[in-house]
Amino acid sequence: MAWIVRNLWLIPALPLLAGGIIALAKRSQRVLAASLAIGSMAVSFVLALIAFAHVLSLGYGEHAKEVANINWFQMGQVWVQVGWVLDPLTAVMLVMVTFVGSLIFIYSIGYMHDDENFTRFFCFLALFAAAMLGVVISNSLLLLFMCWEIMGLTSYLLIGFWFHKPSAAAAAKKAFIVTRIGDLGLFIGMAWLYAQTGTLLFFDAGKGCVEPSALSALVSHTTIFGWTLSTAIGLLIFCGAAGKSGQVPLHVWLPDAMEGPTPVSALIHAATMVAAGVFLIARVYPLMAAQVPSVLTPTLALQVVTWVGAITAVFASLIAVAQWDIKRILAYSTVAQLGYMMMGLGVGGVSIGMFHLITHAFFKALLFLGAGSVIHGCSGEQDIRHMGGLKKSMRVTWLVYTAGTLALCGVVPFAGFWSKDEILHSAFAFSLTRVPFYLGAFGALLTAFYMTRQYIYVFFGTTNRPAVHQDFKHEEPAAIEHGHHSPHESPAVMTVPLVVLSVFAVLLGFMGAPFWPWFQSFIEGAPVAFSAAPFMEALPLMAVSSMIVLVGIGLGWALYGRRPITSATAPDVLEAAQPQVFGVLNHAFYVDAFYKATFVRLNDWAAAISDWFDRWVWSGVVQVVSYSTLGFAWFDNFVDTNVVNGGFDEGCETVSRGGKLLSLLQNGRAQSYLRMIGLALIVLVVILLWEARA
Amino acid sequence: MTALFLILAAMTIAGTAAAMSLRNAIHCILALTVGLVGFALLFLQLNAQFVGFTQVLVYVGAVAILAVFAIMMTRGDGSHPQPAFSKTWFVGGGIAAVVFAVLAWAILSHPAMGQVATEPAEITVNQIGDALMHRYVVPMEIMGLLLTAALIGAVVLAMPGKQEQP
Amino acid sequence: MSPLTGCILLSALLFSIGLAGALTRRNAILVLIGIELMLNAANLNFIAFWRYGPNPAALTGIMFTIFSISIAAAEAAVGLGLILAIYRHQKTTDLDEMNSMKG
Repeated sequence: MAWIVRNLWLIPALPLLAGGIIALAKRSQRVLAASLAIGSMAVSFVLALIAFAHVLSLGYGEHAKEVANINWFQMGQVWVQVGWVLDPLTAVMLVMVTFVGSLIFIYSIGYMHDDENFTRFFCFLALFAAAMLGVVISNSLLLLFMCWEIMGLTSYLLIGFWFHKPSAAAAAKKAFIVTRIGDLGLFIGMAWLYAQTGTLLFFDAGKGCVEPSALSALVSHTTIFGWTLSTAIGLLIFCGAAGKSGQVPLHVWLPDAMEGPTPVSALIHAATMVAAGVFLIARVYPLMAAQVPSVLTPTLALQVVTWVGAITAVFASLIAVAQWDIKRILAYSTVAQLGYMMMGLGVGGVSIGMFHLITHAFFKALLFLGAGSVIHGCSGEQDIRHMGGLKKSMRVTWLVYTAGTLALCGVVPFAGFWSKDEILHSAFAFSLTRVPFYLGAFGALLTAFYMTRQYIYVFFGTTNRPAVHQDFKHEEPAAIEHGHHSPHESPAVMTVPLVVLSVFAVLLGFMGAPFWPWFQSFIEGAPVAFSAAPFMEALPLMAVSSMIVLVGIGLGWALYGRRPITSATAPDVLEAAQPQVFGVLNHAFYVDAFYKATFVRLNDWAAAISDWFDRWVWSGVVQVVSYSTLGFAWFDNFVDTNVVNGGFDEGCETVSRGGKLLSLLQNGRAQSYLRMIGLALIVLVVILLWEARA
Repeated sequence: MTALFLILAAMTIAGTAAAMSLRNAIHCILALTVGLVGFALLFLQLNAQFVGFTQVLVYVGAVAILAVFAIMMTRGDGSHPQPAFSKTWFVGGGIAAVVFAVLAWAILSHPAMGQVATEPAEITVNQIGDALMHRYVVPMEIMGLLLTAALIGAVVLAMPGKQEQP
Repeated sequence: MSPLTGCILLSALLFSIGLAGALTRRNAILVLIGIELMLNAANLNFIAFWRYGPNPAALTGIMFTIFSISIAAAEAAVGLGLILAIYRHQKTTDLDEMNSMKG
């Protein structure tokens, strides 16, 4: 076994160590904290590159997977094993997480510069990175679940980083609880899987739970509704993934998570952690796809993944159209893109979904960091109506944000185009129905539209539109201390990571383009070939999707771009045309208010009915009852004074005497306590002997 | 049940009983030393040489000396002659006697006590060291930590506080 | 009586002697010594079971005794330190006079 496989655990262990050391550091040791965190991430990145190179050198097919399992602890006769696996999936994720993570760590130096809890921030960031890398490398569902939960914890800590803001504290709680609902499903699925297969290792030389022998056993049994066991377990695991990846209906926490510092939004709630759900499905994909050999249609589990993904994509995109907060727009866009990834997994398999995951990680991190730079430059302003004209004052941010926007919209040849097109292409070829394809195409149109809207609001029009709507103002404490002055470009420590990311947002798509699908074949373990045939085949669909995107952008330009926006109070063009629809979208389809509203309504009805009864039915009864009660009360009083009081007094005195008696035992002398121990020993031995005889 | 065992048992019992019953505390410690040496010889007789020598080193060499120092330092000026036994000594003694009675009953009534292997196992110090460094390395490290903590703790406890210095 | 029974009985007797001392002596130091004797009696148990037990090569009894001796040493050091500290405050080591824990 190669050195890197044996020591793969170092990759998560280094940030963990760094986080541990930073946790002990004093608040003033900022340089130490930042350099430890960034240094550990950089070393992990180098190790990840070595691992990546190692996987490349292994060639294709089953060779390209190496596992190292260790016995963790013994439970009865069974050794619980954990371990790590190095395969293309792991290698790609490792490189992505460490690279994006390092850049965001560096960016954080600039963004969090004025925060007094700078050290704590880096401690959490390093812990998060360790947990995420642990999820990526783990070869055991148990280990993955543990890292998964640590990740949830760090996410909670970071969303609530500015916990003195009530909204941040509430958002952190919400994120924690909502994802916990999904994790319950994951946990039950995990327990069930263990009960059925007796192992939680993914790969164990043919005996792992996603390897053929276990899968054939799982598909041969059916359970409720005639589902195969693999489907039932797969759906439970998908619950966890849906919670973490913000799929409908568990998406509500992700937009609120934007209360955290912007680098956190970029790293955790856009690029890596939320993608962990997608990664989990990719990891257990054989389980999701396991089917009796005679059946050729996709499994129910994959159909559910596809539908949930497609619905999420459209749902979140619609909401994003009507948001004002720059980070919320991006958050809903993240939810939508995660829906795309799920859909890609459902219709096209691991490589399609993972390709979008990787490209999305880069351009969404870029967009979030760009948004952070904008917020930083605008002294904490997050409402896009109060920005505007930043094209001139924030040159670098403007350029990189343009690249990110084009990548997200899916414009040729930016990264998002290739990966989104792959998903749409697979959805078009989906054997059961084309509805997910149409949903996906509609989502793409919306994506282009709302990104154009946001882009125009932020970078065009007049500068610094006056603030009127105070309720939309979310001031980030980090930026407040800058004071309010005209927008300014961010420092180099923030812009350099942006530029690096933007290069990837532009170029990364080519590694999976149809004429040279290197990424897909790398993940799936098939040799790559340069050929124009699939490209020609995909060309019509590409043309269609490009048209869709252009229509979306054109629509956005027509509605928002033609006349410069000059006032923050002027209603949105859509709002003016369709106030009701806009309101519904602006409130995110009222999903948040849904439960609350139903409960409150129910409560109101119950109250009204009770009120009516009170007035007209019970009133008379109450009169009768009240007089009889008075009589009873008089009688009670008589009994109380003469009978009950005496009894109680007697009882109290008994208790008090007992207490005094017992307090004699507490005489403060160590030896009498020891004596009691001796007596107890005698009694114990006698009881044991007695039982042994019986 | 050899004569050697009986002699050693008698020596140990005599030493410990004297240590627990003499009036003069210093005499008690001297008797205790005899009892502890008896323990060590018993360990030797049971083929546990290493434990036997450890016993001599730790108890006779360290604990007994420590106890002597403690007694010397807490003797006072002799103005309050202190009785050796507490006023309710018969209760404590009775409890101890009953404890011995039930323990002996338990031991003698247990059927598995008769069937034992009699071949002595030859255990070298090498093997013990090996076990300490491999199988039991974590407990040993923890023990080291504990001893360090006890060392520091004892020093801190015994150090005169600042406010008490004249 | 087999050798094992003899050893265990002896250990029980020594334990009871230690207990008797710990229960009856007034001098705190000697109480501590009584507790040490109880520990030693337990050690004798371990050694006897190891010697006459079915698997002496496992060394379990020896190891336990070694750790037990170390703990006893730590206990003696801290215990005597405590007694010195109490002595400095109360000018006595008489347990019958130390009753500040009275409930």
